[in-house]
Amino acid sequence: MAEHAHKLEILRGLIKFKSNTQKIWGVLILLSIVTTVEVVLGIIKPEALMVKFFYMKIINWIFIILTIVKAYYITWDFMHMRDETKALRRIVVWTAVFLICYLVFILLQEGGYVDSVYKTGFIKRDF
Amino acid sequence: MDSTVVSTGTEGKTWGGGNQPLKASYGKMMMWFFIVSDALTFSGFLAAYGFSRFKFIDSWPIADEVFTHIPFYHEPAPMIYVAFMTFVLIMSSVTMVLAVDAGHELKKAKVTFYMFLTIIGGLIFVGSQAWEWATFIKGDYGAIQTKGGNILQFVDNEGHRVALKDFVVPTHTERTQHQSKNGLWFVGESTLPTYSVNDVVYGLESHENVLVRTQILNAEGEKTVLSRAESLRQIKENGKAVVEGANLKVNEYGSPLFADFFFFITGFHGFHVFSGVVINIIIFFNVILGTYERRKNYEMVEKVGLYWHFVDLVWVFVFTFFYLV
Repeated sequence: MAEHAHKLEILRGLIKFKSNTQKIWGVLILLSIVTTVEVVLGIIKPEALMVKFFYMKIINWIFIILTIVKAYYITWDFMHMRDETKALRRIVVWTAVFLICYLVFILLQEGGYVDSVYKTGFIKRDF
Repeated sequence: MDSTVVSTGTEGKTWGGGNQPLKASYGKMMMWFFIVSDALTFSGFLAAYGFSRFKFIDSWPIADEVFTHIPFYHEPAPMIYVAFMTFVLIMSSVTMVLAVDAGHELKKAKVTFYMFLTIIGGLIFVGSQAWEWATFIKGDYGAIQTKGGNILQFVDNEGHRVALKDFVVPTHTERTQHQSKNGLWFVGESTLPTYSVNDVVYGLESHENVLVRTQILNAEGEKTVLSRAESLRQIKENGKAVVEGANLKVNEYGSPLFADFFFFITGFHGFHVFSGVVINIIIFFNVILGTYERRKNYEMVEKVGLYWHFVDLVWVFVFTFFYLV
């Protein structure tokens, strides 16, 4: 079967695995480390990271970036996106990423606008 | 004779058919496209959550104060239980991908074992989510809803939360719950709160150290605590209803929208996990019966695996945007 040809390296070749099974456990360790970092940061909430940087607290940027890292490894290694053709990968990933970014941008922009309308005091609670 | 043979002259050329540019089977490709559309549905929900949160950015509930429970452990401990749930789901993703891997090697016994572990992981996750819902619906401190729809909570002098049952004594009331069997058959109402607003006013007057906390976030990102005089005035003038727990209409933790989105998003995700477990069970029995052994192809396990990993993928985002950010 052709599916035996798994690509066995992650982190751009920094870590190479001997078998697909070994790669699965390696990715599990990576995901566990990332989740642990998120949970520990979420519990202690270091003061240094509570500063705003480009509209959001640094800690929230870290959470979002770590989430995207986790999503990448789940898709690429658990769902075997790494082994699919370039065309299938782009059809799936680019479509979703573009539409999601567009939607998130529009809704967050609008939410911030509604908040500013409340704040400037012209409307108390109307919509 | 030649007239019955269709010869288009395109055999072996790009548009001659039989070409698989994506090198994936029909079923697998369609599973990927379903996942894309489902991902858009979930991101629609999460973006709507973000919209409402940005709209009420100064008074949104703090997730660490809401989800603090662990079964059989009574101290507040935020994050721990949800981290456990996340780990269970990631683990069941790992056993799923191990099942797919064993399927490629046509090892029936291994596929069966890993599929079984995946199903168990999924059931533990759904059970945990049900428990989390039950805790959230029950609530723990209780609060007062104002005429304007805002939520007022209670704290002591040090800022620790105080539950209604710690300072309010319920008085006897003649009012009974209106059910369809004891009143108009086409109307009813939900369970009456344990206390009336007047009970809370008496309780607040007789406990000097209890203060009211509003939903407004101050510069440090904490909820604003009112002075003693202001606390009494707010409850007396604006108090309208006692709220215990959360449902789709009211929410003792703050904005009702928070509860609505919690029920909707984790509910939709939990429904995905549930249907994933059901599909996994079907595939599990097919594996046992030897369906794929006879086909010499375990691709069905791979397809259901894609769906299962997607459920995990969504949870990673729900975890971040509901519990962390």
